[in-house]
Amino acid sequence: MRPPIILESTTTFSSSSSSSSSSSSYSSCDRRLNTLARHLIDVNDQNQMASQNISPSPTASSNSVFAHLTRAPEDPILGVTVAYNKDPSPIKLNLGVGAYRTEEGKPLVLDVVRRVEQQLLNDVSRNKEYIPIVGLADFNKLSAKLIFGADSPAIQENRVTTVQGLSGTGSLRVGGEFLAKHYHQRIIYLPQPTWGNHPKIFTLAGLTVKTYRYYAPATRGLDFEGLLEDLGSASSGSVVLLHACAHNPTGVDPTLEQWEQIRQLIRSKSLLPFFDSAYQGFASGSLDADAQPIRLFVADGGELLAAQSYAKNMGLYGERVGALSIVSKSADVASLVESQLKLVIRPMYSSPPIHGASIVAAILKDRDLFNDWTIELKAMADRIISMRQQLFDALRARGTPGDWSHIIKQIGMFTFTGLNSEQVSFMTKEYHIYLTSDGRISMAGLSTKTVSHLADAIHAAVTRVA
Amino acid sequence: MAIHNLLNGQFLNRSSVIGARFMSSWFRNIQPAPKDPILGVTEAFLADQSPNKVNVGVGAYRDDNGKPVVLECVREAERRIAGNQFMEYLPMGGSIHLVEESLKLAYGENSELIKDKRIAAVQALSGTGACRLFAAFQQRFHPNTQIYIPVPTWANHHNIWRDSGVPIKTFRYYHPESKGLDFSGLMDDIMNAPDGSFFLLHACAHNPTGVDPSEEQWREISSQIKAKGHFPLFDMAYQGFASGSPERDAKAIRIFLDDGHLIGLAQSYAKNMGLYGQRVGCLSVLCEDAKQAVAVKSQLQLIARPMYSNPPLHGALVVSTVLGDPELKKLWLQEVKVMADRIIGMRTTLRENLENLGSSLPWQHITNQIGMFCYSGMTPEQVDRLTSEFHIYMTRNGRISMAGLNTGNVGYVANAIYEVTKST
Repeated sequence: MRPPIILESTTTFSSSSSSSSSSSSYSSCDRRLNTLARHLIDVNDQNQMASQNISPSPTASSNSVFAHLTRAPEDPILGVTVAYNKDPSPIKLNLGVGAYRTEEGKPLVLDVVRRVEQQLLNDVSRNKEYIPIVGLADFNKLSAKLIFGADSPAIQENRVTTVQGLSGTGSLRVGGEFLAKHYHQRIIYLPQPTWGNHPKIFTLAGLTVKTYRYYAPATRGLDFEGLLEDLGSASSGSVVLLHACAHNPTGVDPTLEQWEQIRQLIRSKSLLPFFDSAYQGFASGSLDADAQPIRLFVADGGELLAAQSYAKNMGLYGERVGALSIVSKSADVASLVESQLKLVIRPMYSSPPIHGASIVAAILKDRDLFNDWTIELKAMADRIISMRQQLFDALRARGTPGDWSHIIKQIGMFTFTGLNSEQVSFMTKEYHIYLTSDGRISMAGLSTKTVSHLADAIHAAVTRVA
Repeated sequence: MAIHNLLNGQFLNRSSVIGARFMSSWFRNIQPAPKDPILGVTEAFLADQSPNKVNVGVGAYRDDNGKPVVLECVREAERRIAGNQFMEYLPMGGSIHLVEESLKLAYGENSELIKDKRIAAVQALSGTGACRLFAAFQQRFHPNTQIYIPVPTWANHHNIWRDSGVPIKTFRYYHPESKGLDFSGLMDDIMNAPDGSFFLLHACAHNPTGVDPSEEQWREISSQIKAKGHFPLFDMAYQGFASGSPERDAKAIRIFLDDGHLIGLAQSYAKNMGLYGQRVGCLSVLCEDAKQAVAVKSQLQLIARPMYSNPPLHGALVVSTVLGDPELKKLWLQEVKVMADRIIGMRTTLRENLENLGSSLPWQHITNQIGMFCYSGMTPEQVDRLTSEFHIYMTRNGRISMAGLNTGNVGYVANAIYEVTKST
């Protein structure tokens, strides 16, 4: 270990550069000498030397300004896949994230999407310029038509403002921030339970989150009375988040008659509906059927927000494609709304990504591609419905205690099994089945081959774990 | 039945539309938002019918024919990607390959910091998204701090920190008289800021002025920032695009790293890879050690999740394909140099034209400044005249996007600038 080198600045070295050196206590020659010194002496001596010449400062190698941070917990949903990937067992099942899988357990890129990608690639006239802050115009128009119906009076009257968003998450976030800035009521009601990311999105957007009863554990169905009571006692003007179809995580949807009652209640209390539509076409297999609840609300002439995602129904997960639509009372208001939405988007990411939206627009605007899409979409929905039936049959065949009919009554990607977190841990540990601790399983992750493994695991969990 | 009729637009009775039709809009009191000063310029340009119109507004590269460019290396990368990739969700922190390549580019191919895993880094939505993540992160973990931004700076910086709830202060940067750097003002402001303040620095090709500190000045800035314990956040939107050399353009960052700063860095591939609309970037925060880097990254992910869950895939695949393949990377380096050289050539030509026209004003700042933009020194009124009389579109702060100039229009623009500045 070399003896420490002590450096002193001397005034014989003139610092030629800065005019500020007269006011600074640390001349540039000090700095040069100290930098040199750092290369000549070893690390152990540096701390000693540091205390002699250089005043330690937080960002200079010793103390970070972020030293007080703790490691954040894994995202409860995305963390499931992380854990799954780490598991070395040859027989494991990922029923965590809601991403569609084929019978072979593989991710799926829709054929119609692949064809459009090639088309886009071969079109050399395309460029990668910034798209407008609100996204691609044709994408926005077509998305609005998809969700509200081509003949929607709101569209015809120019009362719909649509902006491209970063899938469902991004569209919800932009909508939430817009409301926090411009809407008189800062409270949003979320169903109990709801997608785990909803509360965080709206809280960070600046809203206060409350809940309304939704799921009835006893029936594994809708707590309709509770829902009506809670929305009935909400403060006037509150925002209400509604899952348009295929409720996540429960798979429990109101009937159309129940939707009509919900609509009447919401309008009578002057509540503002905010729809989250992440599964249009994916739930029943029909794009129009899955949009009925939203269209019911639009038909009464009132205002609403709707977030759409193309992650599942077009398999565009990673491309982050979605849209936020705001239906206003008049065309003038719709245009004010658009101008203010831009001010929310610009400081978040300036403008949305072009790739995914280009694919969606190409599919929606071409009749043949659109038809091909609906066929592939129905195939995905049908496979999921078939998995539900197979799981239900498998549990019945095993005589697993309990009523499992909710598996076939619930709709969409997910089934809320009703299993508790101990039972879930058991299934993960003993059977290497990965799901979220609320007992939600992604039916898309099941196949004919793996259903019996899951049925065995559920049977064991129910009979051996309280 | 009632529902059917409702959907068919026939209202059976009033009670089926309780409340809805008789309320006025919740949003009627919303004020129309002002047009974005930068993007609004392009809108106005597009609406102009004049055959002589020139757009020197938005900072997007154009070739000598005034056309947008998709780089060859990018086209090739896309050919390799199409049909071969799934479209699954990326992790919240984005593509690991994209992040790895970005860190190598910025911190150095063989950086010890990378080897020691000391850098917390996540994919972000281009430069805007990277800054926004950092601003939200700063607000969460240092809620009582402010951000010091240079005067002037890219207008959206103000919006980003404001919407993140972080108060903004400024430091002197541009010196209008010399159209260069107000170095002593800058150093004074660094010194007078409270210890431990957060400073936003443009790593190269300052937007909107094109004025960068010299290497020697960067060393001074680094040492003064160190003495005050400030946190340096670099916004690097033009690496490679400024001088033509990514290594050279990263010099300021390397100086700070040598000095031991724990920096933050927002990187964008919008300009240097021409991926504007793909929204690809990276935010990194250099930490004391690997353990802290893991913690910081996990916290950045928690900010991304309620904003967009995970970042877009396509652009990330393009960048990591280009940078990860030696041949494609070589091609990229050539193409980025071509872009930078064309811009530098336009600076020279514009300045020469103005001097040859006999303008009595000094124009050497055009060639002293670097990168996409030139801060011409013209007043808003002069800019308005350029637009109304000559159909030349630019932002009213006198910022010219050099990429909008080409051999076909530089003479016209020089003449117009000469005309409107004659009386000055």
